[in-house]
Amino acid sequence: MANITLRVNGTEKKLSIPPETPLLWALRDTLDLPGTKFGCGAGLCGACTVHVEGEPARSCSTPVSQVVGKSVTTIEGLSANGLHILQQAWIAEEVPQCGYCQTGQIMNAAALLAKNPQPSDEQIVQAMNGNLCRCGTYERIRKAIRRAANGAPAAGGQS
Amino acid sequence: MSTLTAPSKTPGISRREFVAAGIAAGAGLVVGFYLPRRGRSRAGPTVFSPNAYLRITPDNKITIVVARSEMGQGVRTALPMILAEELEADWKHIEIEQAGASTLYGDQTTGGSASVRTTWDPMRKAGAAAREMLISAAALTWNLPRSGCVAQQGYILHGPSQRRISYGDLAEKAATLPIPNDVPLKQSKDYKIVGQRLARVDTPSKVKGEAVFGIDFRLPGMKYALLARCPTIGGKLASFDDSEARKISGVSYVGKIGDTAVAVVADSVWGAMEGRRLLNVTWDEGPNKNLNTAAVMASLREGAAKKAVSLYSVGDAAKAAGRRISADYQLPFMAHAPMEPGNCTARFSGTGCELWAPTQVPQDCRDSVAAAVSLDPDQVKVNVTLMGGGFGRRLEHDYAVEVALVSKALRDAKLADSVHGTPVKVLWTREDDMRSSTYRPASLHQLRAVVDGAGYPVAFTHRIVAPSISGQKGQPGPNGVDPDLPDEAAFVYSLPNVSLEYVLTETPVPLGWMRSVYALQVAFANESFIDELASAAKKDPLDYRLHMLGKDQDIPFFATTWHTARMRGVLQLAAEKASWTKPLPPGRFRGIACFACFSSYVAEVVEIGMESGTDNNTPRVQRVVVAVDCGQVVNPGILEQQIPGGVVYALGNALRAKITIDQGRVVQGNFDDYAPIRMTEAPTVEVYSVPSTESPTGIGEPSVPPLAPALCNAIFAATKKRIRALPILS
Repeated sequence: MANITLRVNGTEKKLSIPPETPLLWALRDTLDLPGTKFGCGAGLCGACTVHVEGEPARSCSTPVSQVVGKSVTTIEGLSANGLHILQQAWIAEEVPQCGYCQTGQIMNAAALLAKNPQPSDEQIVQAMNGNLCRCGTYERIRKAIRRAANGAPAAGGQS
Repeated sequence: MSTLTAPSKTPGISRREFVAAGIAAGAGLVVGFYLPRRGRSRAGPTVFSPNAYLRITPDNKITIVVARSEMGQGVRTALPMILAEELEADWKHIEIEQAGASTLYGDQTTGGSASVRTTWDPMRKAGAAAREMLISAAALTWNLPRSGCVAQQGYILHGPSQRRISYGDLAEKAATLPIPNDVPLKQSKDYKIVGQRLARVDTPSKVKGEAVFGIDFRLPGMKYALLARCPTIGGKLASFDDSEARKISGVSYVGKIGDTAVAVVADSVWGAMEGRRLLNVTWDEGPNKNLNTAAVMASLREGAAKKAVSLYSVGDAAKAAGRRISADYQLPFMAHAPMEPGNCTARFSGTGCELWAPTQVPQDCRDSVAAAVSLDPDQVKVNVTLMGGGFGRRLEHDYAVEVALVSKALRDAKLADSVHGTPVKVLWTREDDMRSSTYRPASLHQLRAVVDGAGYPVAFTHRIVAPSISGQKGQPGPNGVDPDLPDEAAFVYSLPNVSLEYVLTETPVPLGWMRSVYALQVAFANESFIDELASAAKKDPLDYRLHMLGKDQDIPFFATTWHTARMRGVLQLAAEKASWTKPLPPGRFRGIACFACFSSYVAEVVEIGMESGTDNNTPRVQRVVVAVDCGQVVNPGILEQQIPGGVVYALGNALRAKITIDQGRVVQGNFDDYAPIRMTEAPTVEVYSVPSTESPTGIGEPSVPPLAPALCNAIFAATKKRIRALPILS
């Protein structure tokens, strides 16, 4: 057991958990932030992607001891109202099917756009290739990232 | 989203029973219940609830109940659209509720691409009955003739007097009226909701991270459990030493579950994971400890020599004269691997058990849990959560039974709340899911044709050699023929002599229904072989297929009557959109295939380039053009999600999906050695549907089967090498 302090979605959090606990489980079980998903536990699928100091990180393979004092952003904290430009683009392109991987996809895409606001198709594929989707939504993910990069998240389906 | 469940004493029939009944009786597809409620609703006197699918309250809240499970295929949107259409509701003001296991909706199994096609009639009738009652209620309220009243956008209008009243304001009166038996249904030309590209109701919550999947559901005081399961197929627990596991902080229980597993229960997932890692288990490996993939494939080849059962026969293929062509195809075991690993939450109280289950089979979960923990089915309540993919994996009730047993074990060990029980969630890791799953059956296919002087087949024989999924689960079909095959082995070409044969083989490897089930194997063999025949005849593969379809005709095949004209329609549409008759740029090649299953028709044209891999022979799929005839499209937006989804899933199956067995154990463990398609490999998929007002048919699975043969046919066009075994990159 260790006392661990980190900043999650802008708020300082103190945890008393084993230091080797993956950040994923600290977020989900201890901090009640279940938007970050468990997919593989081995950094192979990207469903658990969060930002650590703005960089995309696989929370399933990141011991909480490695993020002590650092700033962690999860899908719950990506934007104030859940409508980050990428989230709007995801809605406009009707990306999700089962939706399980999509929070990790969005977090990874947000890290990409933060660094490279106008990625080429090739850069999008390169950046997103670590995120698996078993529903096969890749084409729409590409489109949604392009839409967000172009700053035009207009409506897709009628509501 | 709240849940609605009702206790039951009459278990619903399972998918396999329902399919078995179909094959035995030659009956049409079983249609879900439409069970009008008589008298006052249980929900209270002021609630208008003429059937189990709909509630309208005086505050004008309109709730539609979805009695199938949402695993990404859009049922929480598509099914309510069907009811809302007939109700003449305002779609923007509909609330959706997920039903748990119930007796009110018939078979709630979500599978077989059946949700829309089996609820199309009951949902329409439910909406139409309510609409007619609301019109009557308005006429009575106004004391005006019923004939002048019309339903529109959640109101009843009376044109001549310019009156208008909301459904909510009519709820109380409508609830007192008799429920009509025979109501008029709308004509497709009058549809306002069905056929529209409406946004899915679940999208915003999924992009915000607010959607509650099974793994996300939690209760106060909930424990987490991981199970160590015998890694050897058919093996069981011998003994275990939990002294190290119990040293992990938060581990509160370690105990045997059934004959084959040990549960480690902790306050956190990580605690349970660490506890399980330190568990020292001795397994009794049982009879399969030397089983390997080579032995499985050998058993299929041995099976091929056995006497086959006739599945379907036209003419006499054995007597046809002409040039003979033959080829064998084989496919490996495959794993569903949905993104959300297996999990289920339960609370066993001694006199009841409540579950929160990401499941495609809530009723099977209820009944199986009841049997496992010695309760009556009506003492088990199953709530259905969202699923992070299903693909057939969650047609199994294993997660539910495991967690119920763990929850009961906690109570038996006096570690649970003595009155309510203690909630516990069983979680599977990715490796658990890969190695203790059920698998698409490995199979062998022997194709034989007799061709005439022009190279067209006059006889076509397909011998399917495969174990039976339902048979292994103790529910074999007649003569041992797997009861799924009538839905998945259709042959929609009109030839004078056709023989589909089945040889049942046995395997200890656990089998399950994986997206499109046997259709994937059957289509791979049929459509690859037809390409071989076309090549041998030096004919264009599209023209060859169109010739084989012959004159427009009906082809009865078990419960379905197929129409060669509809297959011709999708072939021609796909070919036209893919510019089949125009040459491709240098380095591009294409293949075509078609298949019909789950009452839908699909043709696909796959365009590839060949990349320089280590073998200089790696296909890169660039473009897939899909044409589908699934009758009336309920929501084209969902169609355009499901079809590419099936194509990408099928591409993974075709290129790499292979579960192998060594020393009785599944070799693959995670997404490195069982590697799905990633973005870099994902092709552009174009979807075209044939306009139709026929009743809607399946879209979840039918785009899967044509992909592998169309791809292999493209590879043949590129390399002149014929691929007769999947996966392609093995």
